[in-house]
Amino acid sequence: MEELANLFHGFAVVLQPFNILVMVIGILLGVIIGVLPGLGGANGVAILLPLTFSMSPTSAIIMLSCIYWGALFGGAITSVLFNIPGEPWSVATTFDGYPMAQQGKAGEALTAAFTSSFVGALFAVIMITLVAPLVAKFALEFGPAEKFGVYFLAFCSFVGMSKEPPAKTVASMMIGFALGAVGLDQMTGQLRLTFGITELLIGFDFLIAVIGLFGIGEILLTMEEGLSFKGRSAMINLRVVIQTWKELPRYWMTSLRSCLIGCWMGVTPAGATPASFMSYGIAKRVSKRGHNFGNGEIEGVVAPETAAHAAGTSALLPMLALGVPGSPTAAVLLGGLLIWGLQPGPMLFIEQKDFVWGLIASMYLGNVVGLIIVLTCVPLFAAILRIPFSIIAPIILVLCAIGAYSVHNSTFDVVMMLVFGVAGYLLKKCNYPLAPLVLAIVLGDKAEESFRQSLLASQGSLSIFWSNGLVGTIMALGLIALFWPMIQAGWSMLMPVKKGTRQE
Amino acid sequence: MKRSSKHFLLGAVAAISAATYFMPTPATAAWEPTRPVEFIIPAGTGGGADQMARTIQGIVTKHNLMKQPMVVINKSGGAGGEGFLDVKGSKGNPHKIIITLSNLFTTPMATGIPFNWKDLTPVAMLALDEFNLWVNTDKPFKTAKEFIDAAKTANGTFKMAGTGSKQEDQIITEAIQKATGAKFIYIPERGGGAVAVQLVGNHVESTVNNPIEAVAHWKGGKLRPLCFFDSKRVTYKEVVAEGKSWADIPTCKEQGLDIVYLMLRGIFMSPGATKEQVDFYVGLFRKVRDTPEWKKLMEDGAFNTTFMTGDAFTKWVAAEEKRHEELMKAAGFMAK
Repeated sequence: MEELANLFHGFAVVLQPFNILVMVIGILLGVIIGVLPGLGGANGVAILLPLTFSMSPTSAIIMLSCIYWGALFGGAITSVLFNIPGEPWSVATTFDGYPMAQQGKAGEALTAAFTSSFVGALFAVIMITLVAPLVAKFALEFGPAEKFGVYFLAFCSFVGMSKEPPAKTVASMMIGFALGAVGLDQMTGQLRLTFGITELLIGFDFLIAVIGLFGIGEILLTMEEGLSFKGRSAMINLRVVIQTWKELPRYWMTSLRSCLIGCWMGVTPAGATPASFMSYGIAKRVSKRGHNFGNGEIEGVVAPETAAHAAGTSALLPMLALGVPGSPTAAVLLGGLLIWGLQPGPMLFIEQKDFVWGLIASMYLGNVVGLIIVLTCVPLFAAILRIPFSIIAPIILVLCAIGAYSVHNSTFDVVMMLVFGVAGYLLKKCNYPLAPLVLAIVLGDKAEESFRQSLLASQGSLSIFWSNGLVGTIMALGLIALFWPMIQAGWSMLMPVKKGTRQE
Repeated sequence: MKRSSKHFLLGAVAAISAATYFMPTPATAAWEPTRPVEFIIPAGTGGGADQMARTIQGIVTKHNLMKQPMVVINKSGGAGGEGFLDVKGSKGNPHKIIITLSNLFTTPMATGIPFNWKDLTPVAMLALDEFNLWVNTDKPFKTAKEFIDAAKTANGTFKMAGTGSKQEDQIITEAIQKATGAKFIYIPERGGGAVAVQLVGNHVESTVNNPIEAVAHWKGGKLRPLCFFDSKRVTYKEVVAEGKSWADIPTCKEQGLDIVYLMLRGIFMSPGATKEQVDFYVGLFRKVRDTPEWKKLMEDGAFNTTFMTGDAFTKWVAAEEKRHEELMKAAGFMAK
């Protein structure tokens, strides 16, 4: 067990007082970064990177990865309290987290989100510790066709699960695909749908769409409904943490499934966003209480958060082992590695043992420290909802505007955010679900890219999606997920329904 | 809004000029940044330009080469068009510089966006980036000739992955096809790192990665460089992998593949910069080039370390633009 010995050596490195101090500072900075929408983990790490140049590489990477953990934790806070996902992978958390907050259960939702994040991340770190070389090899199996399979699976496990009519879901998704197609076409190098407007050259950034659709849209809705936040009765003491913890072990099955989905998505560079959507979609299908998802089910918070963090954590593995970042934040961390003269890649595990195992040890400790910090702050966060709407709404608006501006340092984006806000309000009024739109903006162009890369490679033959066991299995799973309602219906026709298992 | 931004600009200009006016002027009266300097990268994170810019930022910070901080910002949208247009639109702001790759020429040519390098103020050529022909070590190819012969026999089924579409990697691929008659399926990826991993995973037969983008996989025993697309061998003698140094890798020309392509890693700044401002950055990058960190980067990435400023640099860029126009026209990559 050479790995274990290395890991304990890593713990010894991390447990120096200076490194622990660095860790706590990193987590706190990260939470603040995560709370501000738009100023995501990637930007935050990029801004704070120069701070670390005076430290040793190990202390520096501990600080940066702790900012990363902090940002991952922090992203859940605005999703639950204000329906504003600060990061792409927090979108699925809003589906049940925000309704819970509206019912006065913000404390429970936050506790569930933080705890699930911790579980997901811990699972992924353990996986990295034990099977790192094996997993890195698995990641190499993923060519364009396999990548498309993964995106296909993400879409399929999500389609047909919303309460709205399927036609509206499809319409919403199509709008998302159209928006996602704006900008440069990676495959041909041509501009699409820009109508000669240079600002559209870069396409619609996901964050601007989300801040507008969810954040501004929600404020408009609240204004219409009488200018006050629901859920002001949220419990604001630490007992809520203990009570929620008692409830959480019931969802061990969901947690485990979400961990596995997350690790898989994180290692194959698909990332945390498909992981969170896929995990939410599957939990809704499989769970006994699935029909109530979207109305404030705690399980609907557990599933996406666990998967997102398992993915976010395991995304660091391909970065270290292959030099390919699995997420934007990982990409900035990669930049940090290079500045310290560390070349990521297969040799890093051999040449820089201290560094790699110090980092892995800091993942364990950073998550523990992070969990303690954010959990003690739960009552504080929940108390934010007691501030009168007339005070908090302008603050949110300003934060949203800053967030939208900071994505590309462009005022055009702030205008776009407001347009998205009005659009979001109208779509909600007409009962069009927003989630499929968002999913399509985030993953649409990536799915298209892998699809066209695959077809280029196969010279136009669709058989490439069944050309080996791996891609075939993923595609088959996707089709099963897509037709699950019919499969279920067919199954129950063949088998006599057991009493009490179905409530509808 | 226009008005307020104008006011703001005026105010900023006034403030800066006031600041410079009242500052105790040393004998040389040199200009210095008075605000943080934005360093724009017209490409994504993890690629060659990004690695170089982030290394420079680290060097400037570590050796205290500038009183104001340097902030690195990736503006990769629209094949780098986002970054170029941003700097073009910052006329008279001497606190914005940009590092270039070949998309300085290819992006406006392929997309027709309103940009030309003459819109910016040239500062200096930092280095030229080399390109290698890379294959997976699982495959038997040891020389460029063996590989090209196999590609011909494969009759157009060999796949070449590269960064972006209608950019340098595809230009080189086109050149190989023209020179040899072998046909490749070109598969565009988002960045140099992802390109190298596709080759490690054997999803494609070859790439034309920059040395720095794939050197880690050479050291890891997964990839092998067959040749340099340069007119003469590089001079780095230190052993990298397989008992070979960069200097042991032949040029493609030696192997009968007569293609030379080097990529500019240069610095430009916003339009309307004064001579004093350009001189400051030239001096800054001269100091950067003298640091051991920079020398290590040059060696790791087998860079061609030509340095050029002033008229010589401007002339070089103009000639390079003309060459790219010919290459792009010949390949049919120009915007209609």
